[in-house]
Amino acid sequence: MKSKSFDYKKLLFRSIGLILFLVLWEIAPRLGWVKRLYLQPFSEDFMALVHLILNGKLFPHLFMSLERIALGLLLATIIGVGLGLLVGYFQRINQALDLLFQIFRQVSAFALFPVFILFFGFSEVSKFGIMLWASLWPVLLNTSSGVHDVDAVLIRSVKSMGGSKLYIFFRVILPATLPQIFTGIRLSGSYCVMAVVVAEMIGAKRGLGYLVFNSRESFLYPDMYAGIITLAIVGVTLNFILVAIEKRFTSWRVA
Amino acid sequence: MNILEKNDKVKVRARSVKREFQIKNRQGKNQPLVVLEDFDLDIQEGEFLTLLGPSGCGKSTFLNILAGLDKADGGDILVDEKPLEERSYDRGIVFQSYALLPWRTIIKNLEVGLEIRGISKETRREVARKNLERVGLAAYENQYPHQLSGGMKQRVAIARVLAYDPAILLMDEPFAALDAQTREDMQIELLRIWEADKKTILFVTHSIDEAILLSDRVAFMSSQPGHIREIIEIDLPRPRTEEIRNSVEFSQIRKSLWALLQEEALLNQSYGAFI
Repeated sequence: MKSKSFDYKKLLFRSIGLILFLVLWEIAPRLGWVKRLYLQPFSEDFMALVHLILNGKLFPHLFMSLERIALGLLLATIIGVGLGLLVGYFQRINQALDLLFQIFRQVSAFALFPVFILFFGFSEVSKFGIMLWASLWPVLLNTSSGVHDVDAVLIRSVKSMGGSKLYIFFRVILPATLPQIFTGIRLSGSYCVMAVVVAEMIGAKRGLGYLVFNSRESFLYPDMYAGIITLAIVGVTLNFILVAIEKRFTSWRVA
Repeated sequence: MNILEKNDKVKVRARSVKREFQIKNRQGKNQPLVVLEDFDLDIQEGEFLTLLGPSGCGKSTFLNILAGLDKADGGDILVDEKPLEERSYDRGIVFQSYALLPWRTIIKNLEVGLEIRGISKETRREVARKNLERVGLAAYENQYPHQLSGGMKQRVAIARVLAYDPAILLMDEPFAALDAQTREDMQIELLRIWEADKKTILFVTHSIDEAILLSDRVAFMSSQPGHIREIIEIDLPRPRTEEIRNSVEFSQIRKSLWALLQEEALLNQSYGAFI
């Protein structure tokens, strides 16, 4: 274990960019570089966030969004890993679907939102539709390329020991692909956080996206920034959790 | 092949084995490349037989076919007088690149073959431990492969195969990736292990010294297309040690194998003009 003081130093160094940004945010409105009505000093927006926490108004929005992110990411993971394993394992299926997937991946989920609204109205189905679309492709494509990249000699070796196809799939291909699956889930996680905002901006009554959008319409600009800060914290925390899970499951990898 | 007359039991009988690959020629068209043709070989039960030959002569191709990882295009291969099966519990391969599962600890790697055979957890662990001890790595059972050196990894790979006790051991240039000193240590180590239960071993190498030191017989392969050109019996006494390399007999065998290899190299050069 490294000593604690060392870690603080490192953390401080790594935060230089962030600190400079926050200082700029603090002084730009104060010095009149930007219109103070549109952007308040960071301390004021931060206090707005504290206020929203203290009066409890943040939590319904936060929990709503967290619930949607969790469900959306779970859905994307199940479908993405399942399809990715299938596509990666059966190269014929991969060849038949790869072009389609590559095009789908490039179609913005946000461009499809109107289409979902057309079919499903302003419902949760539409919201999960775009969240799933935004977050499915990274985990799916990472999983399938992971399966494809499994070291052939491992498969040959286990096959020579008499291993069945099923054994090879679950005991060689799946664990060998795990690191790339986790990378995919992590990417999907951040896409999910991005998509939830858009999903909640239109036709939602709760959620951080709604908070941001609605605060602007009500001229509560500090609350709007408070919502944005919360979203950033949610994104970073989610990534942190996913990295921790990834490390736990792939500790065998060479550092 | 006078050894056949000795009435020993033939473990593997290969007759007229043929294997060809499709390769692209300069015009980008597919063209067959015959890797093995008229390949005949008998492997006796309990013998240490080495396939020796220049690179590209098809020695690994035959090993892969015998391992069930590749299929012959013609000919017959019998194991215990029965046709070769694609999936079998009777073969164990040691690869040059170790092929250990990196997410499993060493002891868990040794258990793979036993797991496939549905052996209970306790017995698995017990057998795995015993075999890890055999290669002198008992202290490393909870390490991961990436924490071990190349020589240690290859010991683990050998122990892993020994653990499920296959009838034939196939070794595809297992020591080629190791440094010279480790390689020599591993050869002696392999001899020591083999002496204990005299399992049938098919060993592939292009090192003449390695072939002589280890084998009962060396099958010298000729390429384009690959076939057995000559089988040389190594009449050196066992158990063999490091010192045997300095013996007169050893250098005589080495000399004759060298001559064969030289001839083969010249032959290849003239072939080279055609491909």
